[in-house]
Amino acid sequence: MTADSSAPVGDVDRRPSERVDVCIVGAGPAGALVAHRLAADGYDVVVLEAGPRFEFESRQRRMERAIRPAHDDRSVWEMGGDRDAYSASGERFYPLNRARVKGVGGTTLHWQGMVMRLHESDFERRTRDGVGADWPIDYADLRPFYADAEAELGVAGASDNPFGPPREQPHPLPAFEPSYSDSLFAEACEEVGVAMHSVPNARNSEAYDGRSACVGYGTCKPVCASGAKYSADHHVRKAEEQGARVVDRVPVQRLETDDSGDRVTAAVYATPDGTEHRQAARQFVLAAGGVEIPRLLLLSRSPDHPDGLANSSGLVGRYFMDHCFAGMGGTLDRETRQNHVGFLTSESHQFYDNDFEDVGPIKLEFLNYAGPSPVEMALGGDAWGDEMLATLRGAYGNNIAMGGLVGQLPRKENRVTLDTERTDDHGNPVPDVQWSLDARTKRTLRTANDIQRSILDELGVDIGWSVGPENTGPAFHHMGTTRMGTDPGTSVVNPRLRTHDVANLSVASSSVFVTSGAMNPTLTIAALALKAADHVADDL
Amino acid sequence: MELSRRDALAVLAGGGILGAAGATALSRESLPDGTDGGHDDEARAASPAELVDALVATAHVVYPSEVSNVDEFVETYATGRIENRPEYREGALAALTDLNAHATLSYDGRYVDLDRDLRATLLDEVGVKTAEPNPDGTTAERVRYYLVNEPLYALYASPTGGTLVGIENPQGHPGGTESYQRGPQS
Ligand SMILES: Cc1cc2nc3c(=O)[nH]c(=O)nc-3n(C[C@H](O)[C@H](O)[C@H](O)COP(=O)(O)OP(=O)(O)OC[C@H]3O[C@@H](n4cnc5c(N)ncnc54)[C@H](O)[C@@H]3O)c2cc1C
Ligand code: SF4
Repeated sequence: MTADSSAPVGDVDRRPSERVDVCIVGAGPAGALVAHRLAADGYDVVVLEAGPRFEFESRQRRMERAIRPAHDDRSVWEMGGDRDAYSASGERFYPLNRARVKGVGGTTLHWQGMVMRLHESDFERRTRDGVGADWPIDYADLRPFYADAEAELGVAGASDNPFGPPREQPHPLPAFEPSYSDSLFAEACEEVGVAMHSVPNARNSEAYDGRSACVGYGTCKPVCASGAKYSADHHVRKAEEQGARVVDRVPVQRLETDDSGDRVTAAVYATPDGTEHRQAARQFVLAAGGVEIPRLLLLSRSPDHPDGLANSSGLVGRYFMDHCFAGMGGTLDRETRQNHVGFLTSESHQFYDNDFEDVGPIKLEFLNYAGPSPVEMALGGDAWGDEMLATLRGAYGNNIAMGGLVGQLPRKENRVTLDTERTDDHGNPVPDVQWSLDARTKRTLRTANDIQRSILDELGVDIGWSVGPENTGPAFHHMGTTRMGTDPGTSVVNPRLRTHDVANLSVASSSVFVTSGAMNPTLTIAALALKAADHVADDL
Repeated sequence: MELSRRDALAVLAGGGILGAAGATALSRESLPDGTDGGHDDEARAASPAELVDALVATAHVVYPSEVSNVDEFVETYATGRIENRPEYREGALAALTDLNAHATLSYDGRYVDLDRDLRATLLDEVGVKTAEPNPDGTTAERVRYYLVNEPLYALYASPTGGTLVGIENPQGHPGGTESYQRGPQS
């Protein structure tokens, strides 16, 4: 089976548009939301997307590809190869191509789809804890945009989280009911004094905004064949309905500035046959994700901007942060009913704003997909017939596990820079992700493990594995690389999300995050994108 | 546990192969003939009809003895795949042709003509049991991918096959959002 069922390369006009108000780089959720907003306001919008347009109809094949063991997960959305070459020269390896998708819809094609707001404390980490930095905006500034973002993404949630920040209205869709295994956890959590609550999901518990309700395919990550899981191709379609033009397979190579060096005049992009074009516009919005945005700015160096565009602070690419996974699991003497669906229904923010000594926020998760999926195991097994069935029955049924996220502090040495020794398919230096863990993050992971162990012990789980400070990995959330601030000496964009140095260049991304919190970032990305769209509209 | 034509159609629909309306047309008769080079030409390329037989024959080796009505289930599934997934058909026919060559060499017959035990032995000898499934790999890897994992996928991604293991809504099956909330039935 070939994976490449994306739309044709050939018969699409990829020449630049004339008289464009806004050129957006990247068609993930950030770019798609900005495009939709501005097109709906009547502006002429062009979106340039590096990856292909994937046909919706190809999703069932991609799902089968995800289940069948012959295929690497990265191949489901066709990641890898020269186009996506990268380096990871830091203390810890960073598996970048597992952490992103290039195409119309961006990484939300692959994502899990849990969407929570940051807590108030995340905006004031320096003031509250004496570490990291404060954001130049606070939760109250973002709160209306969060509500707006929840409506756009179609978030299913309940207002049952006693630890969450204040909300003004219910979620647009009712939360998914707790799972059977949540009910097993609930007893143990009550004993050890941990409060569980629902998980907000960008996933339809009912049909919403023209997309189907969840049908329980159970393969959410890396692909939802029903479209019930939100992915940003949805807002690309909506933006196109409002008149936006979205061009696929046109990676932007660099941005050009005018004689003064103060304004971007054009985004230079390459078409599949290698031709370069210049898309001119009045305003430019970078929405290419937390790794490619700093890379593009660094690639856009010129005599006026010798260290890269918008980089007078020297901070473009610095303060790279991700969330780290903490988890633990094993088996129980009872059936746990895992792997029916591919998403989470319960979590706990009780230890988010904790008062442990020098420990950061912790988000705890109760998994619904612990242990093997029988169909995947059958396809990889080396016994047949009755013997295989016995193996499957032995392996499936009793697994149970918890997960969790822990945030990193912003540190200058964690960064995205250019590797001048290696080039991509267009001859541009590839991104080098230099990533390491600090002591506080490790301490926080250890604390998360301690809490998980106490719950699993209470439940009577025979613990078989744990992921903590020694073997943690990134959650694939790329933050911090063009941080927001009021001082041009210590930040890259201002609170209006415009770069300090260049008048008509804005950034919609988790790259502007000042701290990481421990929440999956995309709802905050969406809120910031809607905020950026408002500011760009004001400037037009 | 009895497999049904409905189960097979459900797996096909889950895989996007059939909409609700497409269920009626599937029959072995609708398959194109192979380039039949004569009855006793053991080296001739496998035909789509022979491929269906081969998948049924493989299912009898790799399915657990608890399931019944294997022929109808696998025939329905295999026909849907062969008709609607040209890239599957081509890869599977090539794998079967190569497997036939081994069968002829060792046992003087085509794969589908061997009895069940001999088929199992042949698959072992070719190394299929321990091979990594790979659509572009060696004969053993391609046979694993196209001829063994195909009926296994049909079985264990179907509600009936999943239920054998204790999961009535297996991955790949759109079984709704109730089953994950339910406790064990007993
Ligand atoms: C496995 C996995 C699970 C995840 N689960 C969650 C989750 O549960 N909750 C959550 O909040 N987040 C999750 N995420 C993260 C989430 O997917 C991202 O935060 C989100 O997609 C970022 O949106 P974005 O628009 O900024 O960037 P992206 O979605 O990455 O989109 C950027 C787009 O820009 C394009 N682009 C890049 N460079 C160029 C260029 N030079 N020219 C033109 N186009 C370019 C890319 O091709 C891409 O399509 C997950 C991620 C992964 C990998
Ligand atoms: S379980 Fe996941 S993959 Fe299946 S329909 Fe629901 S959201 Fe989509």
